[in-house]
Amino acid sequence: MSEGIVKRFMYVNRKAPYGTIYALESLEVVLIGAAFDQDVTLAFVDDGVYQLKKDQDTKGMGVKNFSPTYNALGDYDIKKLYVEKESLEERGLTQDDLINVVYEDEDDDYAEKPALFVVSKEEMSDIMAQQDVVLSF
Amino acid sequence: MKLAVLVNEGPYQHQASDSAYQFTKAALEKGHEIFRVFFYHDGVNNGTRLTVPPQDDRNIVDRWSTLSKEHNLDLVVCVAAAQRRGILDENEAKRNGKDANNIADGFRISGLGQLIEAGIQADRLVVFGD
Amino acid sequence: MLHTVNKSPFEKNSLASCLRLASAGSVILLYEDGIYAALKGTRFESTITDALKNHTIYVLTPDVEARGMSVDKIIAGVKPTDYAGFVDLVTGNNSVQAWL
Repeated sequence: MSEGIVKRFMYVNRKAPYGTIYALESLEVVLIGAAFDQDVTLAFVDDGVYQLKKDQDTKGMGVKNFSPTYNALGDYDIKKLYVEKESLEERGLTQDDLINVVYEDEDDDYAEKPALFVVSKEEMSDIMAQQDVVLSF
Repeated sequence: MKLAVLVNEGPYQHQASDSAYQFTKAALEKGHEIFRVFFYHDGVNNGTRLTVPPQDDRNIVDRWSTLSKEHNLDLVVCVAAAQRRGILDENEAKRNGKDANNIADGFRISGLGQLIEAGIQADRLVVFGD
Repeated sequence: MLHTVNKSPFEKNSLASCLRLASAGSVILLYEDGIYAALKGTRFESTITDALKNHTIYVLTPDVEARGMSVDKIIAGVKPTDYAGFVDLVTGNNSVQAWL
């Protein structure tokens, strides 16, 4: 589908889930985009880190809980989710509060490996600087 | 260069559509090619032909339609976002049992793949949103 | 990379996050409500003056004028530009990141 061109695509998530639709609809782009075999990275910065919070229960609120989709990203070959440490810390969160996103490495006997990495702002800055196409929502 | 534009917000509520329009127009005037303008989230509302804005201010939808026709632009409204927000063409209306359609001239409804393709094929992709 | 900031620094953290994460040497364009950061006399003036040490910063004059501000209120070192200039910034940098 991509006729051989492979670009570094980054999806930047800076908004909390449910208060607005950006978290959900950006995930929908990621899922469709997975079919295009590009080099995909998801970045979670500022309130975007809340999208990955474990234990989301939307029954009382009456909307669909879409957080299980993050668990499924590994099945779509999405292996690079970067969460900014400073954004987590100023919100009183640690990696333990986040969904454990993993993928199965088909080159290593389908061993389960982490797809989510907490990175410093310096590391995040470097990762961002390398991208060809940045989608912000 | 080949440029792609993503518009994330609807007409009037945010400046995004205006900024995207002015940017697109300036790029065309400089001789660049606009590969696609993709409308997502509330941006799909730029594609309804039913707006009746006040006469003494810009008509955002018509402005896009006119620019589209003058320059043979590909203005694409995301089908998933459009279904959520009630922007339909004749086919979508028929397929989903709705009694009307409202897509504006010069726009077409298609999938998110068109956005990814724009990111791949264009030299630059610029996002306008809130 | 070109970084665009279109929200007021008083309203959102978009400018702050952009400045925290934009690499040294990258270019920043302030437009729409983002122009307020480019004006002298706000509590963000020193933030911008500091940022100018590591970035080239532009401000979109149509958005400055629309908001009743004058171009001579722009912080020294921030370069005024227009939509044609915006296009040149996009084509002249390798990629674009929008801080919404």
